Amino acid sequence: MSDISRRDALRRLGLALMATGALDRVAAEEVHHMAADAQAAAAGPYTPRTLTPAEFRTLERLTDLIIPVENGAPGAVAAGCAAWIDTISSENDQLKKIYKDGLAWLDTAMKSRGAANFADATPAQQTALLDQIAFRRNQSPELAPGIEFFTWARRMTVDAFYTSPIGIKDIDYRGNSPMGSYPEPTEAIAYVLKRVPTL
Amino acid sequence: MAQTTNTTVHDVVVVGSGAGGGTVTKVLADLGVSVLLLEAGPMLNIADLKEHMWPYQVSHRGAGARGQAYTGGSTGFTYSATYGGAQLEGEPYTVAPGSDFSWFRSRILGGRTNHYGRVTLRMADYDFKPKTTDGLGYDWPISYEDLAPYYDKAERLIGVTGSVEGIRSAPDGIFNPPGALKAHEVLIQKSCAKLGIRAVSSRQAVTTVARNGRPPCHYCGQCGRGCMTASNYAASYVQIFPAMKTGKVQVVANAMARELLTDATGKVTAVSYIDKTTGSERQVRCRTVVLAASCCESTRLLLNSKSSRHPQGLANSSGKVGRYLMDTVGFSMSAMVPALSGMPHYNTDGYGSHLYVPWWLWDKHKTLNFPRGYHIEVGGGYGMPGVGSFTGVVNRTEGYGVRMKQAIRDEYGTSVGLSGRGEMIPNEDSYCEIDPGVKDKFGIPVLRFHWKWSDHELNQVRHMQETFRAILEGMGGQVNAGGRGGRANQANNPSSQTGQRAGGQAPQTGQAGPQTGQANAPAGQPTTMGQQAPNQGVPISRGGAIIHEVGTVRMGDDPRTSPLNKYCQAHEVKNLFVADAAPFVSNADKNPTHTIVALAWRTAEYLAEELRKGNV
Repeated sequence: MSDISRRDALRRLGLALMATGALDRVAAEEVHHMAADAQAAAAGPYTPRTLTPAEFRTLERLTDLIIPVENGAPGAVAAGCAAWIDTISSENDQLKKIYKDGLAWLDTAMKSRGAANFADATPAQQTALLDQIAFRRNQSPELAPGIEFFTWARRMTVDAFYTSPIGIKDIDYRGNSPMGSYPEPTEAIAYVLKRVPTL
Repeated sequence: MAQTTNTTVHDVVVVGSGAGGGTVTKVLADLGVSVLLLEAGPMLNIADLKEHMWPYQVSHRGAGARGQAYTGGSTGFTYSATYGGAQLEGEPYTVAPGSDFSWFRSRILGGRTNHYGRVTLRMADYDFKPKTTDGLGYDWPISYEDLAPYYDKAERLIGVTGSVEGIRSAPDGIFNPPGALKAHEVLIQKSCAKLGIRAVSSRQAVTTVARNGRPPCHYCGQCGRGCMTASNYAASYVQIFPAMKTGKVQVVANAMARELLTDATGKVTAVSYIDKTTGSERQVRCRTVVLAASCCESTRLLLNSKSSRHPQGLANSSGKVGRYLMDTVGFSMSAMVPALSGMPHYNTDGYGSHLYVPWWLWDKHKTLNFPRGYHIEVGGGYGMPGVGSFTGVVNRTEGYGVRMKQAIRDEYGTSVGLSGRGEMIPNEDSYCEIDPGVKDKFGIPVLRFHWKWSDHELNQVRHMQETFRAILEGMGGQVNAGGRGGRANQANNPSSQTGQRAGGQAPQTGQAGPQTGQANAPAGQPTTMGQQAPNQGVPISRGGAIIHEVGTVRMGDDPRTSPLNKYCQAHEVKNLFVADAAPFVSNADKNPTHTIVALAWRTAEYLAEELRKGNV
């Protein structure tokens, strides 16, 4: 369902409520489903707005390492994390500079480790570099820009992933959906009470 | 400026469409009285509410249109029904040197009721007689018995969740069935019980049964975004839209009231307002006027209605208009509770919190070093992931890949928050007045705020700190550093960048406005939080931050000390009524909306009767 038709549907619903002061539950639930389905149609190939194709390829590989495919469950690439970061950066000069500079730093660092650039390095070379810049304890004048950039990239990849349909499913968030009643979560209660025997 | 005056004389002109204005409009319309309702903002279209929207349905996903969540600046209220904030373009207010105050305003039909926390608490019998009880503050000119029938009416109309408990500090109402407690709420309840504290079902303005054409709550947990099925309460869709169907109500949107005009007898004859769509000034004539523009806006309107006959502003011979400004005392603390880690997932949304803690020491004040009391609102659960939800956990655990993901999973939903909401004693140092030098974009003089917390409030927060730590540690919680005024847990705020533990659901009041706990100072108004720790280092909320401002046009029997009588009618101007939180004499630890509605209902019935008798 396109965004426009969804909006029309919502508007009709609002008008119906205003006109009659009443709505049935079926209509209410329909809104939830429309909202949930609305995004599905929007997918398509992404054209970077800020990054060059080479930079985008590097960023996409970086996000893939931050949130990889896990036991067949899709990760950052399928969730389009690089595209979202590129979009946000296209609207924010500060972020744009962070990514342009940071991705260049990755290539330079990889060259000094014997690869052509970050994206074309072997997975072992890539993770060896990440094992250094993914931890503050490795802080050094040489690694400082890499550590700072990786903190940005990790934070925003995580944001992009867990706000995507794939990430929301991965974290198993079950809310924002209609229920006919609110049942007692007996299994969860039994679980937590067993773990706090003093209560 | 061009002025347009329609010659029609309206029986009642209501200024403002929130809880007070919405109630007055609905009650009068049902009694057959015609109402002209002025609202400073636009009409609300329910289709515009973002109730069920997912983060990925907005291109920036809550980070702000220009990624402000990352590099600074307000991200706005991407998903909520909030239309407004502490900073409104071209509508400043000022704060006196040495004071710190935040004023949240909403410009939309229904006002702040579209998004507020919907905590619905009756004031207790002793709350109406605070001075008689402990010698501090002032008594109300009415008693619990006077207001109880109107609490009843409000609850029947609105629908309020809850359970009958027989607790004196928390009078029972007419409740519809509450939702079941969630797992973290069971832990909180049991931890409280070990400390001798009773926690009970929350009292929320949400109908869980079909009511007047409104379907029951569908437990989607997005109440702060407004409710497309009108299952929760907002003045717009529960009162004003139905009232409009009677044919008795005319709504004028985008009408920013400037001043009240009076005749030689001192009665109000017209309301002057700016038509924001054209920028021109207009007047509507009236037999009676009801101010319900919000506590401080109604105050501003009276103070700006100056004339040679009313040099201190209208209805202000007492000089008390603007005085005794109060907010709620706020403090929050959160903890990571290991027992919740690995719990079988379930939908924790419901209608927000299903548990709250009424004040439990109302008969123990001899053992305390502060007067009055507070209640506790609770938060927790698996909040909808948003921008910033997991920043805290990944910055602590570092690394990348599957191990990082597992850390996120382990911590998701383990955060529990407690928010204290307590009573402030009115004082002479907290008030608002007209700033002599600043006007808004409409040319209307703005308010200047003065604010001071006293030891009463600071000691209350110290008590909250000790109590909350005991409750949280009693359930094995690891208390997060600090604790602060405002909200317990911003983690499910899509624009949060606080890096707190992830996934917790904010307590209900938090949903009132994602950033209200730490609203920014208005432009050009540096706060005083700087050189030395304010408030003796006690992490009390900022004045105004809980958005419970009340008391600046108070009611009372003595015209020398109170602008309004016991029907919220101006002592000096018989056809002028106030129906928001301005008439409050105290600010009990009961969120004000329920009392605004009950009081406005009573005022509207009185007004209709006085109109019928020809007395006004």
